Amino acid sequence: MSLDFNVPSFEVIRNEKKCIQCKVCIHQCSNMVHVYDEEDAVVYSNNNKCVNCHRCVTLCPTEALLIREYPLEFRKNTNWTRQAIKEIYKQAQSGGVLLSSMGTPKTFPIYWDKLLLNASQVTNPSIDPLREPMETKIFIGRKPNKLDFDNEGKLVTVMPPQVELNVPIMFSAMSYGSISKNAHEALARAATELGTCYNTGEGGLNKAFYKYGKNTIVQVASGRFGVHKEYLNAGVAIEIKIGQGAKPGIGGHLPGKKVGEDVSATRMIPIGSDAISPAPHHDIYSIEDLRQLIFSLKETTRYSKPIFVKIAAVHNAAAIASGIARAGADAIVIDGLRGGTGAAPTRIRDNVGIPIELALASIDQRLNEEGIRNSVSLIVAGSIRNSSDIVKAIALGADAVYIGSAALIALGCHMCHSCSTGKCNWGIATQEPFLVKRLNPEIMYKRLVNLITAWNHEIQEMLGGMGINAVDSLRGNRLMLRGIGLNAKELQILGVKHAGE
Amino acid sequence: MKTINALNVSCYRHLNEEIDSTILTGTKQIVLNNVCGQRYIGRGLENNIKIQIYGTPGNDLAAYMDGAQLEVFGNGQDSVGNTMNTGRIIIHGNCGDTVGYAMRGGEIYVRDNVGYRCGIHMKEYKEQTPIIVIGGKAGDFLGEYMAGGAIIVLGLNLKDKNDKIVGQFCGTGIHGGVIYLNNSHLYDKSVFGKEVLQSNINKTDILFLKKYTNSYKKFFNINFNIKLELFGKYIAVGKNPYSNMYCNY
Repeated sequence: MSLDFNVPSFEVIRNEKKCIQCKVCIHQCSNMVHVYDEEDAVVYSNNNKCVNCHRCVTLCPTEALLIREYPLEFRKNTNWTRQAIKEIYKQAQSGGVLLSSMGTPKTFPIYWDKLLLNASQVTNPSIDPLREPMETKIFIGRKPNKLDFDNEGKLVTVMPPQVELNVPIMFSAMSYGSISKNAHEALARAATELGTCYNTGEGGLNKAFYKYGKNTIVQVASGRFGVHKEYLNAGVAIEIKIGQGAKPGIGGHLPGKKVGEDVSATRMIPIGSDAISPAPHHDIYSIEDLRQLIFSLKETTRYSKPIFVKIAAVHNAAAIASGIARAGADAIVIDGLRGGTGAAPTRIRDNVGIPIELALASIDQRLNEEGIRNSVSLIVAGSIRNSSDIVKAIALGADAVYIGSAALIALGCHMCHSCSTGKCNWGIATQEPFLVKRLNPEIMYKRLVNLITAWNHEIQEMLGGMGINAVDSLRGNRLMLRGIGLNAKELQILGVKHAGE
Repeated sequence: MKTINALNVSCYRHLNEEIDSTILTGTKQIVLNNVCGQRYIGRGLENNIKIQIYGTPGNDLAAYMDGAQLEVFGNGQDSVGNTMNTGRIIIHGNCGDTVGYAMRGGEIYVRDNVGYRCGIHMKEYKEQTPIIVIGGKAGDFLGEYMAGGAIIVLGLNLKDKNDKIVGQFCGTGIHGGVIYLNNSHLYDKSVFGKEVLQSNINKTDILFLKKYTNSYKKFFNINFNIKLELFGKYIAVGKNPYSNMYCNY
């Protein structure tokens, strides 16, 4: 093999005065960055192997470690950037498709940051959520066109199945295989305590987690891993995964090395076999075919659960969403361009799809115009970073949001973008038993509960400020939004006025 | 044994509900007459239930089926045995596309021909090994993305002796399981996906083929002589077909 032209991405700086050679960094690093030299009795570091996950820095008892971007400069060129050059070195060396993890690092516009919320002043009072009722409970599912009551005022309309959520926030689909069993358990327990749902992803449901069924959404993707009757009936809703924001239009491969005994049992495939999810569902080539799959799931669960259909936000998302609603889905999940992933080809992740804000606005608009908005709930995902993103999403028309990356960050993820290596030092995106053990679900689920509880308070404060006392009353209320620094076309698509208007 | 006349039950939901309520009464054997395109018959159906279907059942027959036995006196449509877990389906006729899509266990016998992408993404897990036996011929993409189980194509009753019993791109993306094709000398590499490896047929294979051709003969009450040693055996080059495709970045 020829010389590897790549220089390290990061530099590990060890303060020798502070280092007590306790070797914690050596034991903690699954990438084998730190090495103890017996002869010279020093710990040194291989910069080349460092992914900047902060594990060693966080656990170093004397704060002796610091990691920074490798300072070597390339000659300045705004076209041939350091990254562009490094990518070519990498591919010329390996002949491989560039594979990345987590959401795109590119500088696409983040419309959440260009939207501002309203607040009440004088003419209608704001509400103090600490002292007055403030409803964040929502129901996901098809809503009937009208409600009928009998003479005594009792509801006679048979309601389609609904999922009740105490907060408009769910944990998005992350399969067992892409993340660890302990990470799944933390998500499941947090969802249970919070009265919301987590999502199995397409990797099946581990037997140990059937007990969390009331807070579980089971996913059916093109690979149909671990999908059987008991699984379909295990959760409160079923999600058909058509696409994912980080990799629209393509499937996924869980490499055989991550398919150990337990993942094999959950996915119901042989140990060591690649788990390949084809790009399309081969029984879905049209809206009519999608309807067939939706109703095969409804039939098998006796129409007792809402069926979600998840798509990536792409150019014609509004028309596609209309088709999905008409195909009989009870909820549409839209995953935006900036959404996360355990592994996606870099070029796809960084170039395919559209931002979630624009897709959401156009879908909500289209469904309203067609008079079918009530027939589905809209759930959005693709880089929801905080509670104000959520409030803005609801004002743009969302019923609820899914969070993936944010949930993992609560569990200790430091966004080193190396999930696909399977060596996650935080015990999240790994199947190595000694790494998985580092994530204690007993402790970690509480961090998720803390995060969502805090966000829910913030949502209530923002709602109260606007003089609104229920999430339901904010949905699609775009008068509560103003754009800042957006052009006329962007404002038109988002359906909001500019600040000052 | 209970007979249901499906003639005036045009909505599959009502027909399937009627089947459910019949089973709830303790009936284990059901005959469906005049079936005409109703979907999802036998969906998720469990052990010890036998259904005889006269007519043409609709798409997704036996979806997620979990142990029941269905016998169709007529043709099947698309996606017969979709994501089926266990059980047996016998089709006295032809079937459409994606027969046995993602099936994980159980057996499907089709007396005549099947359409495209039969056995796509079939899997296996521990003692569950799905089997599809096709009496006639199969369309393109037979066993695409196949990850387990076995597909046997007998190639009986061909009009032309040189008629191919399998279409193009057979076994594309295969990473597990096995495909047996009769008269394998008729096929060169161009028929198969690049992930397919032709392997020598051995005594175990012959015994396996004997078992399932005998079942085929029994279920369809047909007798024929077939030289099992002329079958070609096609397996995956490896169970990790894409392991060298990527470089982490």
